[in-house]
Amino acid sequence: MPTSKLIEVENLHRNFGAVAAVRDLSFSLNSGEVLGFLGPNGAGKSTTMRIITGNLAPTSGQITLGGYDLLREPIAARRLLGYLPDSPPLYRDCSVREFLDFCGRLHGLRGKHLTEAVDRAIDRCGLGDVPRKIIGHLSKGYQQRVGIAQAIVHDPELVILDEPTVGLDPRQIDEIRQLVRELGENHSVILSTHILSEVQAVCSHVQIINQGELVLKSSLADLESTTTGRHFRIRFLTPPEVSALNELAGIDEVLVETDGDFLISFTDQTLGTESVLRKSLELGWGLTELSPPAAHPPSLEQLFLQLTDEAVANESAPNPPEPISQ
Amino acid sequence: MTLLVIAHAELRSLLRSPLAWATLASVCALLAWLFLLQIDQYTLYRSQLLALANPPGVTELVVKPLFGSAGLILMMVLPVITMRSFAEQARNQTLTLLTTAPISLTAIVLGKFAGLCGFLLLLIGVVLAMPLSLASATHLDWGLLAAASLGLLLLTTSFTAVGLYISSLTSHPGAAAMLTFGLLLILWFLESATSDPGGTATLAQFSTLHHYRGLLSGLVSSGDIGYFLILTLLALSLTRLRLHSQRYQA
Repeated sequence: MPTSKLIEVENLHRNFGAVAAVRDLSFSLNSGEVLGFLGPNGAGKSTTMRIITGNLAPTSGQITLGGYDLLREPIAARRLLGYLPDSPPLYRDCSVREFLDFCGRLHGLRGKHLTEAVDRAIDRCGLGDVPRKIIGHLSKGYQQRVGIAQAIVHDPELVILDEPTVGLDPRQIDEIRQLVRELGENHSVILSTHILSEVQAVCSHVQIINQGELVLKSSLADLESTTTGRHFRIRFLTPPEVSALNELAGIDEVLVETDGDFLISFTDQTLGTESVLRKSLELGWGLTELSPPAAHPPSLEQLFLQLTDEAVANESAPNPPEPISQ
Repeated sequence: MTLLVIAHAELRSLLRSPLAWATLASVCALLAWLFLLQIDQYTLYRSQLLALANPPGVTELVVKPLFGSAGLILMMVLPVITMRSFAEQARNQTLTLLTTAPISLTAIVLGKFAGLCGFLLLLIGVVLAMPLSLASATHLDWGLLAAASLGLLLLTTSFTAVGLYISSLTSHPGAAAMLTFGLLLILWFLESATSDPGGTATLAQFSTLHHYRGLLSGLVSSGDIGYFLILTLLALSLTRLRLHSQRYQA
C-alpha cells in the first residue's frame, strides 16, 4: 500500500537513559526531494539517521518507508534504502570492486544486474581509476566516495547520507556536493550536516534540529522568500509611508527595516525601479540608495544561529519566523 | 541466498588475515607431532600387542588420542578465530552495512557462522588427513574413525557458535577471545568438578568433554549428538537476540 510520501516519520522519541536524544520528531519526504538535516554537533542528527535506517529502535514513534512500517516490515522497508553512516562501513581489506560487489549481493543483485550496478556506481562516484585498489590504501576522499557508492549501488529510492563531507579538503567537498546534486535528480536524499552552505548548495528542503527537537521545517525556496534573499535595499532621506510605496506599479512587497530603510521586492524590476525613481523625484523623498540583494544571502546562517541558540530554542515554534512586515 | 553471500565474505576476510594461517600452521604442526609420537609408540609396542587375545587396533591407539588432543587444541585456538567476527565489525563500525541491508538478523548470524564453519572444515580436514594417510599401509576401523570425526565436528561447531556469541557481546576482539576460552574451558572440565568424573552426575551432563568422549570411543548416541546441537543452537539464538537487543540499548 504505497503512499505518495517516500518516508514518513511520526512523533519519534529516543531516550538514552534519562537523556532524550530525540524528542517528538515528525517529518516526511516526497520522492525527488533533497532534504538537508541541519543541526549543531550533538543535536540528535546521527541518532535520527540511525533510527530511520532501522539501526536503532526508537523509544516511541512510527517510521513508514514507501508504505512499509520500518519496525514491522523491516526487510521490505530497507529495500528502498541506501545509507552512509557518519563513519563509512568499509571492508578495508577488500578492493573497491569486490566490496561493491558484496554490497550489491547483500541487496539481492546477481549476475548481469550486479555487474551493471557496480559499474554504474563506480562510474557515478568517480572511482574509475581505482576499482582494483584495496580500500584501506585509498585516501580519505576516495574512501568517502566508496562509502557513497555503497549506498547507491542498488539504486535505492531514498539515499541517506550522514555528514558525507566531514574531513575532506575543499576540492573533495565540492566533488561530493556535485555528486549529491546529481543523486537528487533521480533519488530522494536526506543529507545530514552541520555545514550551512552545503544545504544551500544542494538541498530543496531544510530542517533544523536542536537538542533533539525540530525547530525549523521549510523548503529552501520558501525560506529564501521569507527572508531578505530577493529583496532590494532602498533608502530615502525623507521616507514616505509604506502604503505609498506599496501602491507603486511593479512593486510586490515592502518591508520596513529601520528609519528610512526599506526592503522591497519587485514583480517587474524595470517597471518598479522606474516608478520608484519617478515618485521619489516628484515628491522629494530623496532616494539615496537602491542596492540589489546579496548573491548568497546569509539568511540560513542567521536563522541557524538564532534557532540553535539555547535561549531562543526553548521558545521557538517549528515554523520559520514571519517576515518583518508591517 | 544472502546467507551464503555473508558466509563467503566472512570466510574471505578470515583467509586474508595472517591470524587464520598462523592458527592453521600451529595446529597442523602440533597435531602432526602428536600423531607421529603415537605412531612411534604403536610400532614400539606392536609385537607385545599382537600377543594379546583381542588386541586394540591402530585406529583405537592412534586416532583416539589424536582426536582427543585435537579437541583440546581446537578449544584453545578457535576463540582466536571467532573473536573478530562481530567484535571487530563493531569496533570498525562496519556492522551497519549488514544491518541496513534487507537481510534478517538470523541470516546475518547464520551467514557468519557458516563462514567460520568453512574455515573449521579446513582445520578438521587437516586433522583427518593424518589418520587417512595410514589407510594405504594398514587396515583402519572406518566406523570408529567416522564416529570420532563426527564428534570432533560437533564439538568444534559448538565451540564456534559459543565464540560467535561472545564476539557479539564486546567490541574488543581480545576480550572476546579470552572470555570464549574461559567459558569453553569451564564447559570442558565441568565433569571433573563432580565426585565421579566420567560418570552420570547431573553436572557432568553439561560437560563438552563428557559427550565428546562417548563419540571418541565409537559410541554414536543421540544424547551426545543432541547435546552439541542444542549447545550450538542456543549460542546462535543468543547471538541473534544480542544483535536485536543492541538496537534497543540505552
